[in-house]
Amino acid sequence: MAVLNIPILRWGQPYTSLETDAVKHFLTGETLAKVSQANTGLLSRDMRLAPRARQALTAIPIAEIIGLMKKAADLYFSASLPLGDGEQSPDDFARQQSASTGLPEHMAKANMKKNHFVLSNMDKILDALTRGLPLDILTRGYGVESRGVTVSYQAQAPVLGLVLPSNSPGVHTLWLPVIPMQIGLLLKPGPQEPWTPYRMAAAFLQAGVPKEAMAIYPGLGDLGAEVVRLSNRTMIFGGTATVERYRGDPRVQVHGPGFSKILLGDDVVDEWEKYVNVMADSVFLNSGRGCINCSGIWASRHTREIAQALAERLGPVEPKPPEDPTASLAAFTVPGAAKAIWSSIEAGLSQAGVEHMTAKFGARLVEKEHCGYVRPVVIHCDSPEATLANTEFMFPFVSVVHCPQNEMLKRIGPTLVGSGITNDPVFQRQLMDATHIDRLNLGPVPTIQLDWLQPHEGNIVEFLYRPRAFQSKTEKLAL
Amino acid sequence: MNPGAVEHSTNMADGDFSLKAQEAKAKLDAHVREVVQWHFSPETGCPFWLDFASKLGWDPRREIHSFEDLKKFPPFEDDWLRGGPLRRWLPKGLAGKPIYVFETGGTTGVPKSRLAVEDFRIDYEMFSETLPDAYFPKGANWLMLGPSGPRRLRLAVEHLCQHRGGICFCVDLDPRWVIKLIKQGNMDGLEKYKAHVIEQAITILGAGHDIRCMFTTPKLLEALAEELEKRGTNVKAAGITGIFAGGTEFTPQYTRFAIEELLGECVYLTPTYGNTLMGLACSKPVSAADGYKITYFAPQPRAVIEVVSFDDADQLVGYGETGRVRLTTLTRETFIPGFLERDEGEREPPYEKYPWDGVSGVRPFRKIAAQTTVGVY
Repeated sequence: MAVLNIPILRWGQPYTSLETDAVKHFLTGETLAKVSQANTGLLSRDMRLAPRARQALTAIPIAEIIGLMKKAADLYFSASLPLGDGEQSPDDFARQQSASTGLPEHMAKANMKKNHFVLSNMDKILDALTRGLPLDILTRGYGVESRGVTVSYQAQAPVLGLVLPSNSPGVHTLWLPVIPMQIGLLLKPGPQEPWTPYRMAAAFLQAGVPKEAMAIYPGLGDLGAEVVRLSNRTMIFGGTATVERYRGDPRVQVHGPGFSKILLGDDVVDEWEKYVNVMADSVFLNSGRGCINCSGIWASRHTREIAQALAERLGPVEPKPPEDPTASLAAFTVPGAAKAIWSSIEAGLSQAGVEHMTAKFGARLVEKEHCGYVRPVVIHCDSPEATLANTEFMFPFVSVVHCPQNEMLKRIGPTLVGSGITNDPVFQRQLMDATHIDRLNLGPVPTIQLDWLQPHEGNIVEFLYRPRAFQSKTEKLAL
Repeated sequence: MNPGAVEHSTNMADGDFSLKAQEAKAKLDAHVREVVQWHFSPETGCPFWLDFASKLGWDPRREIHSFEDLKKFPPFEDDWLRGGPLRRWLPKGLAGKPIYVFETGGTTGVPKSRLAVEDFRIDYEMFSETLPDAYFPKGANWLMLGPSGPRRLRLAVEHLCQHRGGICFCVDLDPRWVIKLIKQGNMDGLEKYKAHVIEQAITILGAGHDIRCMFTTPKLLEALAEELEKRGTNVKAAGITGIFAGGTEFTPQYTRFAIEELLGECVYLTPTYGNTLMGLACSKPVSAADGYKITYFAPQPRAVIEVVSFDDADQLVGYGETGRVRLTTLTRETFIPGFLERDEGEREPPYEKYPWDGVSGVRPFRKIAAQTTVGVY
């Protein structure tokens, strides 16, 4: 396949930089694309044009943009679309995304389906996220709800900045509702995953979204910091350090590690075998790479048996070629990453009360010439004290933690998705009230199960629009 | 063999050029002999090198005849430049002269220091010869917008301006504070500090001082242009016709962006590469036709830049190949043979104006870059 040259997209205008970054195949090292790199000044200068994005979008009724999203969905999913100096079919896309991110191809295709679903159902998703708000209120800034109450929503920025990850192509669904909310997109792709931003932009533009509404600035870390500096609203993906850095900054929505968990109540824990499938799926699906994958299973008894059962289920899994439809493990494509992760786990295993339950299924670290894999790891922890009791890695890793039910909520720490399997109304109430659990599932719901009509890690509507008081006595409003 | 000059000239059709390269090499070797005599003679040398020579077991004055002979010295360790007493570096031949001390880095720990008497003036007077008068008019006033403090830049730029008949206005930026803010993740503080610096620059530029030329760093130039545009004006309209920039990494993309979008064709931008130890390396004129490639040439024979193998610092890499920048300083004030810089780049062949090796694509040395905060001001 010819090497693609992918330009910067400066609010719809392609710009080829003198600096490029090679996107490489994780197994062969072959260059797949050369992506133009933006300097920070370029972005800073172009931000003068950001208000045009919202102006162009508010000129189109939201209902019409939702129609464009449905069209874009089909183009993204089925059409050959321009990409840099070449073209990209849907199959090319899946192959390229797999080749640079290490995700098996069938998972890349599954992500395409997710994106297609979200774009195709944008009307329902926006209705859910806005809690039934008449959408023209977002355009006009005010309006009257069906119950007769005047409401006002003020856009907080003409564009949303996004500092996207390289290693988790599943996150893109989060920013798909932004354009139909009449806010422009300023995307800084992850170095290994330029594919989705560019393909989505091509689909949007071909569907009829104004080109002034979309910008893509590939670059390094300094460019990500510049996106945050220059945008009044930014969504950023990163590790714990990134989360800490932007904590409390109302302009920034940080998506970091999830530390998602399953908590088994004392009332059901003796029947733990009934929930092994839910637990295994939560840990393992999508190669355990997402923040919604389960990294901790907490129970007051039977923890060793649970860990044993999960180890027997997941321990034998081995890496397979990315094109194999049964491949279930993603590769770590950054040199040394797999080894560093395994070293970190090994260090944690030396603590008292920590047992590696998948040890008997062979070595976990698999190193290849240009990449590495870590096979699924199940740990048993005698108590929540162990470092590995509350750790997350981007592969199928889970700690089964022994902890009395009455201490669980005090010990679990921040939890993006908490599945509380219990019929005990008192424990259910406590789970409902636990403010450190973001998404709550009651009952045997896998942590990875998404309901597209529910917000994820903060409501994007509330992030982009501020509800405020509004009164008017003018005879005629300009809007 | 001298960094490339004669070796490369065999590939050049121009016989005059070959002669120029040979002359430059001969001049360098003669200069090496003179400088070594000076620094290792008990009458004129400095305590550091005299003491060093007494432990070598050989006499540099007898053994060093050419630039290549400098390899006989063991690798120069940058820690030798840290701490006092500074006078151990003062050649006896310069005793009684007023002494300056200039420092590098120094964000953490004891900075490296270099004493100076006249070198910075000589270096910048040489550099002055490379500036086009049309854009850097003689007699024009200058703005020095960048790091001063313990660095030699402030005095050097001021001298450059005075040497060309102008008066230099200065706005300081403390890079040690900037690095601290970045390490703390205090981006708000960083923005406020940058705004404070730029505000002062804009005030000076608008105060009727007829400033036409300036020194600044790439980041500050960007910030200045951005702020001027916010105020409905631009660098050219502020009266600036020539900018000499340096201090941090210059990339071709940045240069293209600056020329095409920040400055326009009426403002001349000359990138430089320099530091307290070397002086100032000039760039070959940068052009769109050449892909905005930036190639630097050291002010030979006072300083020599080599691009050497990452594994063997005595081995030059081939032309176009990547290696670490190695610097040799050869003045009466300072003798530093084979100092490995914190930069890497590609070795470039000589060209007419500078008939000796150059270096392009200068950027932080990859092994150090991961641990260092660079390019901040």
